[in-house]
Amino acid sequence: MEPIRQFAGRIVALPINDIDTDQIIPARYLKVTDKAGLGAALFSDWRYSADGSAKQDFVLNQPEHQGASVLIGGHNFGCGSSREHAPWALIGGGFKAVISTYFADIFRSNSLKNGLLPIIVDEQTHQQLISMAEEDAMTEVTIDLESQTVRLPDGRAVPFPIDGFSKHCLLNGVDQLGYLLSLEAETARYEASHAARVNTFA
Amino acid sequence: MKTMSGGKTLFEKVWNNHVVRQQADDLPAVLYIDLHLVHEVTSPQAFTELRQRGLKVRHPEQTLGTMDHSTPTTPRGLDGVIPVVDSQAAAQLDVMRKNCADFGIPLYDLGTRNQGIVHVIGPEQGLTQPGMTIVCGDSHTSTHGAFGALAFGIGTSEVAHVLASQTLLQYKPRTMAIRVDGHLRDGVTAKDIILAIIAKIGVGGGTGYVLEYMGEAIRSLSMEGRMTICNMSIEGGARAGMIAPDDTTFDYIAGRPSAPKGEAWDRAMAAWRQLPSDPDAGFDAEVTLTAEELAPMITYGTNPGMGMAITSPVPDPDHLKDVSQKLALDKALRYMDLQPGQPLLGKKIDVVFVGSCTNSRISDLREAARFIEGRKVADGVRMMVVPGSQQVKRQAEGEGLDRIFKDAGAEWREAGCSMCIAMNGDQLQPGQYAVSTSNRNFEGRQGKGGRTFLASPLTAVAAAVNGVVTDPRTMVNQRERA
Ligand code: SF4
Repeated sequence: MEPIRQFAGRIVALPINDIDTDQIIPARYLKVTDKAGLGAALFSDWRYSADGSAKQDFVLNQPEHQGASVLIGGHNFGCGSSREHAPWALIGGGFKAVISTYFADIFRSNSLKNGLLPIIVDEQTHQQLISMAEEDAMTEVTIDLESQTVRLPDGRAVPFPIDGFSKHCLLNGVDQLGYLLSLEAETARYEASHAARVNTFA
Repeated sequence: MKTMSGGKTLFEKVWNNHVVRQQADDLPAVLYIDLHLVHEVTSPQAFTELRQRGLKVRHPEQTLGTMDHSTPTTPRGLDGVIPVVDSQAAAQLDVMRKNCADFGIPLYDLGTRNQGIVHVIGPEQGLTQPGMTIVCGDSHTSTHGAFGALAFGIGTSEVAHVLASQTLLQYKPRTMAIRVDGHLRDGVTAKDIILAIIAKIGVGGGTGYVLEYMGEAIRSLSMEGRMTICNMSIEGGARAGMIAPDDTTFDYIAGRPSAPKGEAWDRAMAAWRQLPSDPDAGFDAEVTLTAEELAPMITYGTNPGMGMAITSPVPDPDHLKDVSQKLALDKALRYMDLQPGQPLLGKKIDVVFVGSCTNSRISDLREAARFIEGRKVADGVRMMVVPGSQQVKRQAEGEGLDRIFKDAGAEWREAGCSMCIAMNGDQLQPGQYAVSTSNRNFEGRQGKGGRTFLASPLTAVAAAVNGVVTDPRTMVNQRERA
């Protein structure tokens, strides 16, 4: 994974609460066996009419919002299914971060493993970001992972939480599986002192 | 609430037993995983990662594959083969076969004796046992918590982690006790309990928590009922849901193919009896419900938290103070084409779906069959009954339940997820209303434009028979009087 330090991007708001992963990418697009190309299915049911034409009133279809890379979602973004296709589709759709007041657990964990930043801000900042995105499609924020801040156009730097381990992995492009594999000796010690509890061949 | 005493919760005991490396300031804990269930939709990219890195599966004998999500459930042809018409799904199933063969993982292939929904087959094989850690690339893995296991859904990156290392990185979640006191009234079931809990805490209310369900009403439930409850923990946003193991649990496991036998059984039982939360254990949060106050529940909106007693009117967005909640409810009611204040009783429906990892086990089908026996599916209503596994299907057929459903005019299908997720061609048409025993009523979940009312199997049958949303209690009474 590419290291992430700082990036600036235009924001676009989808201020709907409890956006579930079935909306982010409907299940019928999950019959794939790789990660690439899912951007086309992002928010498919909200984005396209039955005949496949783009709905002009959907914010992500509006010309002025093309190229936005920071999505402002409503509360509890990413609830529902554990499909990692949701962050893959968001990344495929050009997004590098999602900002909300809180995220569903599995979505947050999946996003961090793919370099999509789930950024939690307070309610007031959240409201402010939504208003700014709706008023001016060119509004840009700067996200700095090192200092854990989102810099707003007015210069204010809003802090966001991220666990130290994920931060380290993202800043240095370290992948988590490599870390787990480096602990082989500890895993083997655990196994030596605990008999396997099942056998799926039995 | 948390006390300073030394008592441990069920969750803490299972967690502590599986720590390979303790959580430190900036590092998550490394947790050992006993059983990893794998299905065709969320695993292909994980196997690709293993291949790219030249890694093996550390413990194929602690891993089990099944096919359920994108598999057809249409009845077998005369040749006994279940036809896969969707070429993309067929390709995905082929990839699953190849991955399991290449990495030496046992697979319950489509059409074989043990195939079924991943959360139905684990328990029925006796693989799901108290005190274990169980994961699967599927959010309803919480189902297995009904046995006192710590079981939760993971993403595909984590599927690769567990395949390669048999461990997982986790921060310790908080705990919430959900107590359901008293006894359920007639016509009210486990499904109604969990829909009531989610309506109370909301779809994000359990975020960051592991729930432990307790109290008399939970203790009185069968294992199937407990699985229905734990299954939907994720719909409250919870990481997992658990129920302390007891004699009901042990009786269910005893004698199943993968259950411990002989002396191993005695040793296992001794360990399992230590698992329930200590009387002085503290929880980070507590919620209490009274079973007698519960009615059959139904959802009216587009997430499982938008649920109410079936006799209630649809809520009015204007009565909500929070602006974002008001907008959410307004959007949901527009999608569902419902008016604030309107009763759902009497609402015409098109489809009834009995199935999914929430309600497709033998007791669910028995309950539905008993209720529909001697009655007919209303004209213009399509009713599908989809058993959770091939084993449930055989057992149901052995008991003649398939005949009862077919005589009533319902479709009797092969095992799989089917219309719960609408990946396999079983789906609603735009605008149709369904009463469904599954777990998600998100927009388009059961087919683009389709509208879902989540409810219990009894409420589903009541709707099928009358063609409109119906309180099952009114029919229970009719039969008793007859
Ligand atoms: S039945 Fe539905 S919820 Fe359960 S595993 Fe299948 S798709 Fe997921």
